Amino acid sequence: MPYLSIENLHASYGKTPVLAGIGFSVEKGEIVSLIGPSGSGKSTLLRVLVGLNKPTSGTVSLGGRAIDYTNRRALREARDRFAIVFQQYNLFQNMTALRNVAIAPVKVKGRNAAEVEKEAVTLLEKVGLGDKLNAYPDELSGGQQQRVAIARALALRPDILLLDEVTSALDPELVKEVLDSVSLLAREGMTMLIVSHEMAFVRQVSKKVVFMDEGRMVEIGPPGEILDRPKTGRAREFMAKILRH
Amino acid sequence: MLTAFFEEIPAFFTYYNGLFLLQAAMRTIGLSAIGCVVGFLLGFFWAIVRLLSGKATLPARLASILYVEFFRRVPFLVTLMIVFFACQVLKLGFSVFTVATISVCLIAASYTAEIVRAGFESVPLKQWEAAEVMNFTLAQKLRLIIIPQAWKVILPPAFSFFIAFIKDTALASQIGVIELTYVGKVLNNKGYSASLVFGTILILYFIISYPLARFGARMEKRLALSKH
Repeated sequence: MPYLSIENLHASYGKTPVLAGIGFSVEKGEIVSLIGPSGSGKSTLLRVLVGLNKPTSGTVSLGGRAIDYTNRRALREARDRFAIVFQQYNLFQNMTALRNVAIAPVKVKGRNAAEVEKEAVTLLEKVGLGDKLNAYPDELSGGQQQRVAIARALALRPDILLLDEVTSALDPELVKEVLDSVSLLAREGMTMLIVSHEMAFVRQVSKKVVFMDEGRMVEIGPPGEILDRPKTGRAREFMAKILRH
Repeated sequence: MLTAFFEEIPAFFTYYNGLFLLQAAMRTIGLSAIGCVVGFLLGFFWAIVRLLSGKATLPARLASILYVEFFRRVPFLVTLMIVFFACQVLKLGFSVFTVATISVCLIAASYTAEIVRAGFESVPLKQWEAAEVMNFTLAQKLRLIIIPQAWKVILPPAFSFFIAFIKDTALASQIGVIELTYVGKVLNNKGYSASLVFGTILILYFIISYPLARFGARMEKRLALSKH
């Protein structure tokens, strides 16, 4: 049974459809990457999964159970199992790195503060920020902020980690430090759904790649197939453009 | 002319006039302080009501919008009269000071509700969304994330409103509350020269509002310095 299963998912912004029949699945411990041009609906898909945008039809199932996005409690339960890292990090500006990581487990999940803090320190050390525990977001570089955001997501102990273009807002020299952190999680067997434009990275970590365009799933398959031998003209065109440099 | 002014001073600052002025000043301070504190708390309440979501809370949200829009649009004096006559019709037997106090609270709440709402909205949507997907409740979002960031946007306009508001309480004299402006008129009618009487009133208003202005400026400075 697939761990996360998406079936015939539709969503729209007002009257503009942004997702038109998306369907694929993610197994436990698997990494699936979503690629495609801007505006193809990749980020919207992640936003729908965590309930920031409402689906108009279709189902999302976690561990075999469909999520009812209209039900507050069901949504809370689903959000408890997902964690998302945003393109713009979205760290809480009024809190230190350490507090950003520790606050939700303590306040939302009601875990022991001292225990969470210890774990938060470990997580921040893991992403290479053991010396920035007490720094505020505006004192950190984009790459550092994004790594704090990853640590914050991990502190929630999610079943699935969603990464929404986590390196797109970063200067080129900061991309590697963030991708290294993600690769580390990949090796540890974290289940992840990744939206990315970093093709070398996608190829290296993904089990499956989904190519999306205009809200539709154009191709799905192993990275070697989608990135090197795309079947459709649209995917070929995109790969040619993106892999040229 | 000027000598007449100075010659009048000893006759004006008698024990009873002084007591009269002091009591009036206390009423102005009382009206302003209750209006600002209760108004601010009520305003906060209305601003939070507007953040609720879901069908069940729609009437509450509408009530909040209606309340704020109504009291911000109706002149202070008219609100005062509405409360005054409403209390009479309902035979509540409130003193004019109580009526004025209720009015200033109603009005201050509507203005501060808008100031607080603007503060909430100044916090980027992404902060709200990050908190939302982490399952923070509305109360937690506000207390832990939004209000700490919204303070510096809320405080400056709130203080300038409070300072302007102290002067507006003068309108309470219209329903017979014996506050500073009312006493000014009474003393003037008793024959003291207008320049002396209202000059004194002016200084008293200044003495009341200046510490508040200084306090506001200090708070803003502290917030600006501590970026977090």
